[in-house]
Amino acid sequence: MATRRLAFIVKSLPYKTEASRLALTHALASQSAEIYLENGDMVEPVLAFIGDGVLNCLKNQKAMNIYGVTSIEQHIRIALFLDLKVLICKEDIEAFGISEDSLIMDAEELEGETKAQITPFDEIKKEMESSDHLLFF
Amino acid sequence: MGKLTIGVFSSLVGSLSLDFSVKLAEAAIRKGHSVDMWVSGNATMLSKKGQKAFKDYSALEKKVKELFATGKFRATTCEACAEARGYHKEDTMEGWKRHSMDWYLASCFSADRVLHIGGD
Repeated sequence: MATRRLAFIVKSLPYKTEASRLALTHALASQSAEIYLENGDMVEPVLAFIGDGVLNCLKNQKAMNIYGVTSIEQHIRIALFLDLKVLICKEDIEAFGISEDSLIMDAEELEGETKAQITPFDEIKKEMESSDHLLFF
Repeated sequence: MGKLTIGVFSSLVGSLSLDFSVKLAEAAIRKGHSVDMWVSGNATMLSKKGQKAFKDYSALEKKVKELFATGKFRATTCEACAEARGYHKEDTMEGWKRHSMDWYLASCFSADRVLHIGGD
């Protein structure tokens, strides 16, 4: 039985490319990776939004109304509902002048309990150092 | 010898990241390692059969077939990404598998090294 930690580092803007959406869908796929693994083995994802990537975490996205596709917001809320660790870089939201109340911090409407964490970059670096593999999106 | 997992997200034509990834896989296999390759997003087009080789565009089908022939190369394409692009199972090059994204994560689990090559 073993666990491998995979860090999904999202630095891409939302909607400009497919990258941040793919980060989320790949991270969510950790929930079913066991079908390819030995009994008891698992992958543990951590999602960290840094740089331009913090803009993925803005609330009230209207992707369904405008593009007819699910929003990045919906994916982040599902990640929180599934208890994935979601980190948002503190220095980068400050650089953009974004306040915590503008950010997706929970999945309360899904009755999820896990909350996103606004985290200093040094802490995100520690998460990266303690991960087995880094996946940059 | 080790196992290398390469995840690629760049398009077949329009960037040379897939060319680089295939060359990297070839070099690793030549050194005795095994390689898992995952293509997702626009990179799924690498797994489409019937690619025509023009001198002005990347042409990787022949090279990928050579990698499969080594027996040390496994490659899987993201099924949803392919279907979203109108590219179906019957269009897939021989040797490729089509799975969901959990295949990639499971491959990362057992990899000695993961090289994740982002998209456009």
